[in-house]
Amino acid sequence: MTGARQAPGRACRARLEEMLVRRVRTWLPGLLLVAPSIVAIGVFVYGMLGWNFRLAMTDKHDEVSEGRFVGLENFIGLWDQPRWHISVNHAIMFTIVFVLGALVLGWFLAFLMEKGIRGEGTFRAIYLFPMAISFVATGIVWRWLMNSGMEERAVGFNRLFDAIGLPQWQWFRDPDWGMAAMALPAIWQMSGYVMALFLAGFRGVPEELREAARVDGCTEWGVYRHVVLPLLRPVTLSALIILGHISLKVFDLIVAVSGKQIITDVPAVFMWVAVFDSHDPAKGATIASYIVLSVAVFVIPYLIWSVRKERRS
Amino acid sequence: MRLKVRSRWTAVAAAVMAGVLGLSACGGGDRAAQPTQGGGDAKKQVEVFSWWTGPGEADGLQAMRKIFEERNPSYTFFDAAVAGGSGDKAKALLQSKLQAGTPPDTFQGHAGAELQGYIKAGDLEELNSLYDELKLREVLPAQLIEQISVEGKIYSVPVNIHRSNVLWFNPAVLKEAGVAGAPKTLEEFVAALEKVKAKGRIPLSVGSEWTVTHLLESVLLGSLGTDAYNALFKPGADWNSPQVTRALEQFKTILSYAGDPQDDWQPAAKQVADGEAAFNVMGDWAYGYFHNPPEGGLGKQSKTDFDWAPAPGTEGTYLWLSDSFTLPKGAKNRDGALAWLKVAASKEGQDAFNPKKGSIPARKDADRSLYTDYLADALKDWSGDKLAGSIQHGVAVNQPWLAAINEAVGLFIGTKDVPALQKALADAAQAHAQ
Repeated sequence: MTGARQAPGRACRARLEEMLVRRVRTWLPGLLLVAPSIVAIGVFVYGMLGWNFRLAMTDKHDEVSEGRFVGLENFIGLWDQPRWHISVNHAIMFTIVFVLGALVLGWFLAFLMEKGIRGEGTFRAIYLFPMAISFVATGIVWRWLMNSGMEERAVGFNRLFDAIGLPQWQWFRDPDWGMAAMALPAIWQMSGYVMALFLAGFRGVPEELREAARVDGCTEWGVYRHVVLPLLRPVTLSALIILGHISLKVFDLIVAVSGKQIITDVPAVFMWVAVFDSHDPAKGATIASYIVLSVAVFVIPYLIWSVRKERRS
Repeated sequence: MRLKVRSRWTAVAAAVMAGVLGLSACGGGDRAAQPTQGGGDAKKQVEVFSWWTGPGEADGLQAMRKIFEERNPSYTFFDAAVAGGSGDKAKALLQSKLQAGTPPDTFQGHAGAELQGYIKAGDLEELNSLYDELKLREVLPAQLIEQISVEGKIYSVPVNIHRSNVLWFNPAVLKEAGVAGAPKTLEEFVAALEKVKAKGRIPLSVGSEWTVTHLLESVLLGSLGTDAYNALFKPGADWNSPQVTRALEQFKTILSYAGDPQDDWQPAAKQVADGEAAFNVMGDWAYGYFHNPPEGGLGKQSKTDFDWAPAPGTEGTYLWLSDSFTLPKGAKNRDGALAWLKVAASKEGQDAFNPKKGSIPARKDADRSLYTDYLADALKDWSGDKLAGSIQHGVAVNQPWLAAINEAVGLFIGTKDVPALQKALADAAQAHAQ
């Protein structure tokens, strides 16, 4: 080693320096470019997350107290509160109905598009438009559509159902299935987006593969069942994760449709009430921590999966 | 083809991003337009923070603003009102402003326990010297002064008085059901509800969950009586007593006659005005909604389309709430804020504000000729009745306590479990009474 370094002497060192400079030149501008984002994300996402978890582990139950470290007391204590169970159950029902509904409807719409419907561009735009609307606007319109008034007081869907002889329903005020109704506006809003994802997926399946399957005697359904669907698995996974994390954090839609009521309580609304009405920062932070953890259950496997995939390719 | 499509989508995405940036630039502009300390000889701004943006209330605020600007030519009024019924959003924004150490010069709050949190956090200056200077102790009712004092100190100037325990009813629906008049006791009330139910009308209309807490306070007052009700909010009060159990049982019975919950208090009140429902218990801000011409109200005729009485069992007691203004510590323009408080406390200011807002002045020396119809009744009762503080509207309980009560009532609507409600109310009192 030492001999080799001495022998070529100065020329080699110059080349080494040149290489170093070139390398720095290649990565330094890039690093400088992303550095502000890294710092901002470090402070405002991870720093705040850490701050939130720390707050959740204190007894700062009003704005003025200092807050001593109490470990996981708040995390355990939350499960003694009946309201927490209600909001968790609501979030689970909302998530199941919303994610499945949006996936199935989105897939179905993409399937129709893929079959070469006339005026595809127009339909695609129509189905995608709801995504451009905020959940608040959607919520205000659907609050009227899903009004629980019946018979002569019926408006919105109940009026329509009455006219065509379908049974009327309490919608989001139904004590058992209200959150399933609450998922409808979310499905309406997000299924167009899922459709776009699936459509891109469908288009990514090479025609040759389908041809080959048909030549082998596959029915059209079989082509989808055995060729297209397996190839869509990555798209489905992405859609599942995007919908899942939206669903677990849902706040604006609920507040726009029903306000801060127990009958449609979800963790994010409970968190708002804890912080701004109960003036209990530690409790709010605890609920926020649970929301982050529940979203992490969706996101972390996805990150692992996508990093692995990138490495493979 | 696909490439072309993609480039088109890229263009759309670019346009959207540009729009978003444009919007956020606008947001920045808004912020820049917020009050800055006027340098040099610019007029000094007084930032007045409230949630009065609706019809009536915003007009009342403007009327007071006019008086303020006439009296104080060196100040300009900056209206920092945040929309949203009963101030939910305003209070959240206010809290972040206070935490950031940038309070408005003066902010609206319900007089009474609601301000306790701010007082405890050291956000407010006491106003005893202002009360002495303006001799407010002589013109405001003694019971009111007592109920808004914290350890002998007063932290706010009440501008108006609203009444919470009002039973609104539709005379035609009552007549049809054979109910002679407004029920005087809770027993009579239940009998009347039963008669209306038999006729197939909605006996009692309710709105979202907070309106049920609003109903609860009137039932508690009607069942327990004024003194026992007021005692509930003293430290060490007994919420586990059999009297409270009985009141809550009555509440359960009354609630069983409620119609489908409406989105908020207005649609619930409208059911009474439209003759779909017989009764509704709501604060007297409902009068403006019933009576005002369309745009801000329903344009109904008082005494024929709708009528009112004290909530059953509460005659002779004014279950009150009051909007008031405060002096935050660290206000940029303290003198301007004091000038505003003087207008808010004055007879002239209160008489300009209240007829428009649909409330009565807190002062005893108001010009009675300005208050007609319902407001004349209210003014008469206010000067003679005993006082009890509202729960839902921040007089009797502080904000965390109210949040706990709202949660208990919200759960009760689902379960109808009286012992659980009573336990939750008792726990809330124990945790938050002070």
